[in-house]
Amino acid sequence: MIETLLQGLLLGGLYCLFALGQSLMFGVMRLTNTAQGDFIILGAFAAIAALGVAAVSPWLVALLLLPVAFGFGYLLQRHVLNGTLGRDPLPSLVVTFGLAIVIQNLLLELFSADPRSIETDGLNTQSIVLPGGLAIGVLPLLIFAIAVGATAALQWLFNRTALGRAFRAVSDDREIAELMGLDARKIYASATGIAFVLIAIAGVLQAMRTTVSPADGPLLLLFAFEAVIIGGMGSFWGTLIGALLLGVTQQIGFRIDPGWGIWAGHIVFLGVLVVRPQGLFPKTRG
Amino acid sequence: MAALLETRGLTAHYGDAQALFGIDFDLAPGELVAIIGANGAGKSTFMKSLTGLVKAPREQVRFAGEAIGGLPPGEIVKRGIALVPEGRRLFPSLSVEENLLMGAFAKRPGPWSLERLFKLFPILEQKRRQPGTSLSGGQQQMVAIGRALMSNPTLLLCDELSLGLAPIVIREIYAALPAICAEGMTVVIVEQDVAMAQQVSQRIYCFQEGKVSLQGRSCNLTREQISQAYFGLDA
Repeated sequence: MIETLLQGLLLGGLYCLFALGQSLMFGVMRLTNTAQGDFIILGAFAAIAALGVAAVSPWLVALLLLPVAFGFGYLLQRHVLNGTLGRDPLPSLVVTFGLAIVIQNLLLELFSADPRSIETDGLNTQSIVLPGGLAIGVLPLLIFAIAVGATAALQWLFNRTALGRAFRAVSDDREIAELMGLDARKIYASATGIAFVLIAIAGVLQAMRTTVSPADGPLLLLFAFEAVIIGGMGSFWGTLIGALLLGVTQQIGFRIDPGWGIWAGHIVFLGVLVVRPQGLFPKTRG
Repeated sequence: MAALLETRGLTAHYGDAQALFGIDFDLAPGELVAIIGANGAGKSTFMKSLTGLVKAPREQVRFAGEAIGGLPPGEIVKRGIALVPEGRRLFPSLSVEENLLMGAFAKRPGPWSLERLFKLFPILEQKRRQPGTSLSGGQQQMVAIGRALMSNPTLLLCDELSLGLAPIVIREIYAALPAICAEGMTVVIVEQDVAMAQQVSQRIYCFQEGKVSLQGRSCNLTREQISQAYFGLDA
């Protein structure tokens, strides 16, 4: 049982990385990015393609991908998504849904439907043996640490920096924030840029941990969405806890029956929606 | 003396509905002017037109000699106009101190700083870590005024300072005005309490149905003149 719990927590770390960008974009702009999963897969394939061109360390590629992801997210928000924001959430849902379809088909065209992964020189098979005969993978542990670090960094950014104040101000009252001299369009673009950095990290780590294929995006979106809803919209620590809960529940489901894992997660998600629709920690404060 | 702010024939619309019908307004540097009028007279729309929240034709609003009508709010605050909005509208997820710091985003040089504000409103220093919206109405109004002052404006616009506040709190808020004006700041207040407006201001504009129905020196205007201009009725 302890092993199941541990594996669930480690899986939850990965789900947290899937979800943090979503949580950030919703927290600042009230924008639900339905292409979240496909952007994660796009990030994974971008790293795979880069590694196909230059035989360097995947960690170096991941590092180089981060500023590219920020720029991509910034420009996407500035020139596409800002035009969809308003009281009606439908335009942003339609546009991001359209982007999801475009990304899936583009990746299919460029990379075919074959699953691919990033070679990590055996890191994904290494494990640490714990007392009691338990063993946990080094890569999942690393992903978990990155997820906790990313959550803490994001919460710190939100609560302790001028940019975080600006994020919260435009989220609270865009009109008054602009009256203070903020350019909400630039603030939104910065938030999406940061969300895409998290998306790129999630994509690379997903491809290191397992295989990825162009059609994987919607399932990753579902996990991200469930983690955000369980934790509470716009709360980063809530997103982490939601993701961990989802991971643990899935692992327990898998343990009972290999076909039940994903279902178990969905049932917890539905349970939270019914009992506490605002999520467990519904705030963007530390 | 050259006007700090002037509007000529200012018009404003909400969609197809016209809210302002040719407002002519002048403001000299260092003046404290009150705008009075009934609900729906166009007072708040006028304030929003000056700050870019409601679009106005460029040449209809001039500030310090420059046409600023229709500029984005961020550009207008950088030029030195700050608004204390109706209903205060503090940022709920920000603390008192963070709300005040948001006012300094425009980074205009000037005398106002956190320390200076805490001297003007000492209670805010005690409550600096609390969420802005957890304060009483009067204290929230102090934060809203402080937030506007943090941009070190040349012109401070205050929309309905006394809205929803107890009389004793209103007096406390207005007691801070002399200290603000002592810096040479020009102030426009929108006020429904006519007696208060007359008491604190040098000149009064009365709005009625989107037009200026009366203007003059506060001490010279009679109750009858104001009643007629305010309601469109004989007193």
